[in-house]
Amino acid sequence: MNEEIKTYTISVYTENNIGLLNRISAIFQRRTINIESLTTSQSEIENVNRFVIVVNITESQAKKIVGQIEKQVEVIKAYYHDDHETIFTESCMFKIKSELLFDEPQIQNIIKESDTRIVTVNKEFFVLEKSGRRHEIEALRRDLNAFGIMQFVRSGRIAVTKDEMKVTELLSQIKNQ
Amino acid sequence: MNTETMETNKTATTKTERISGCEAIIRCLIAEGVDILYGYPGGAIMPVYDELFKYQGKIHHVLTRHEQGAAHAAQGYARISGKVGVAMATSGPGATNLITGIADAQIDSTPLVCITGQVPSHLLGSDAFQETDIVGISTPVTKWNHQITNAEDIPEVIAKAFYIAKSGRPGPVLIDITKDAQFQEFDFSYEKCESVRSYNPAPKTNIESVKAAAELINNAKKPMIVWGQGVILGEAEEELKAVIEKAGIPSAWTILGASAIPTSHPLNIGMVGMHGNYAPNKLTNECDVLIAIGMRFDDRVTGDLNTYAKQAKVIHFDIDPAEIDKNVKTDVAVLGDSKESLGLLLNELNPNSHEAWLQEFKDLYAIEYEQVIKGDLLPEKEGLTMGEVLKEINAQSKGDAAIVSDVGQHQMIACRYAKFNKTKSNITSGGLGTMGFALPAAIGAKMAAPEREVVAIIGDGGYQMNIQELGTIFQQEVPVKIVVLNNEFLGMVRQWQQLFFDKRYASTEMTNPDFVTIAKGYHIDAKRVTKREELADAVKDMITSKSSYFLEVCVEKEDNVFPMVPAGASVSDVRLS
Repeated sequence: MNEEIKTYTISVYTENNIGLLNRISAIFQRRTINIESLTTSQSEIENVNRFVIVVNITESQAKKIVGQIEKQVEVIKAYYHDDHETIFTESCMFKIKSELLFDEPQIQNIIKESDTRIVTVNKEFFVLEKSGRRHEIEALRRDLNAFGIMQFVRSGRIAVTKDEMKVTELLSQIKNQ
Repeated sequence: MNTETMETNKTATTKTERISGCEAIIRCLIAEGVDILYGYPGGAIMPVYDELFKYQGKIHHVLTRHEQGAAHAAQGYARISGKVGVAMATSGPGATNLITGIADAQIDSTPLVCITGQVPSHLLGSDAFQETDIVGISTPVTKWNHQITNAEDIPEVIAKAFYIAKSGRPGPVLIDITKDAQFQEFDFSYEKCESVRSYNPAPKTNIESVKAAAELINNAKKPMIVWGQGVILGEAEEELKAVIEKAGIPSAWTILGASAIPTSHPLNIGMVGMHGNYAPNKLTNECDVLIAIGMRFDDRVTGDLNTYAKQAKVIHFDIDPAEIDKNVKTDVAVLGDSKESLGLLLNELNPNSHEAWLQEFKDLYAIEYEQVIKGDLLPEKEGLTMGEVLKEINAQSKGDAAIVSDVGQHQMIACRYAKFNKTKSNITSGGLGTMGFALPAAIGAKMAAPEREVVAIIGDGGYQMNIQELGTIFQQEVPVKIVVLNNEFLGMVRQWQQLFFDKRYASTEMTNPDFVTIAKGYHIDAKRVTKREELADAVKDMITSKSSYFLEVCVEKEDNVFPMVPAGASVSDVRLS
């Protein structure tokens, strides 16, 4: 069984409790699966958190991982999706010397063409912010790198799925049991 | 804890009383029906021990000689009774010493609640004396864990701990309580936990899946059942027996499933796995429908997965959705509690018998008997065998004893040859393979079921891993029977060295102390047997003794356990020599 390794986005709805991050990441660590990115935030449901975890694994691995995650007491529900089944984005920030903005007119074109936002400008530096797909961010980084970047940071993926999650329904079912 | 997000349901009893956190802990344990707990005091748990002193007579604390002993004793207690075992320890080394027992309970699905003391909350993270991050350390080996820094959380968290430990697929829970929370006073009331929002312990059995399973079974020519501990944990022994008898299915068991159906049952065809019986291993690769019930296809059961039961349709009954398709791809999965699922299955099955198919098992048994069993049980050589000791224990205890075994050759012999009349009679460390398990586990088992004969069967290696618990047996006057099968080797490792490492016996030979003198030092009656003619009387003396008893049997040094499925081989390549 030579299954294809693909990028999967694992979405996990959880209670908001200390230690759960550890418990979930341990599931990957134990199976020597590298987490490409992990983001946690409030979900659409009050007091319910959402983890978005990106990994490169096979589908059968994804299935088993989701089973193991759902087994955790404080996990409400977990799903896995491939890139076609989700809408996803990352965001990034660049800190660049202010003098370049005036010395290198090319930078202004890059900013305009890549739909990048200027967050702040002062005498020493200016800060750019952009959201998008990984390749767009990478292209921007390459372009700006030619002029020198003081700081660069990129967030993990955030994603919503095309299909319905039905977690609210699940929670109300549990409540009415 | 954020009580808003806990979302636990509970039965309401709302009388409150102002007490300290440490007293609340004891009151919670009593409210959960805890009569015995095992532990070891120390700085960060001392307030709780002070309360235990006050509550003597209501709850019995057993001082073990090592925290690992406390964890295993709590496991033994849980395994024989089906109740939650409780262990307690102080922070730091006290807590870390529990970990092996907790890991063992996790992999063998044993309900435990472990309570550890922790340094005061203002010292957390400061590398304080005896501070260790036990919640972090125990996370991968607990079903759930939680740290309490505020006394008000104690009742709700402990209620949740017991509920989670026992419900669904059971497992260990660790609750870490800072010393300041133990001292803090608050308005106490206790409500049992009945559900947790994010946790679905047992999926309700889907009748359609049961019907699909029944159809496969009703049409099968060569069906075979392999049951595991899920039957015992779900108290589904009667339902399983009824299913087996109605459909006439030859049925085998995993090491932790042992004793759910009596050994003497005509459709009980023995143990599967690395040192299981010849017939069920061999015929796993001949059956047309394999029905797995409350077992998890451990690698020691399946051998090489690529050649495991490939010809068969596989039906898997389990309470844990994560077990389905984890190791073996199933054709029909029946999720749910084993008692409920098997009860429903029974109604859907056609009465049947498979005499010719059963005969195939009998024929292979005859081969195993000639080549292995006869030599184990009725040896003609001079040296004593482990098997004949088991045969004698069976005879003297009439098969009513609970056998607590350690890990290694003696364990495989005990599981292969012990006769079980009653369920919950085989207590052993299956998944983790924890040497040192049996002596403390036997203490817990005997204390939970004083009416039962409890015989610990241990190798000379494992015995010395927790030999200090003889002190607990002596102090608590626990009438357990201890049999050490002494071959002066770490026998199972030596067997592998012989078979797979050209007899290079690296660090497996043991120069042992005088075990009888050691037992006598703890005022435990003790005897050593070196000759066959002494064995029967010695076992009789042990079984008839009203107090604890230690029996050392010096067995043949280089005997091997067969049959054997070598690691990574196919179950049908099971070797008889």
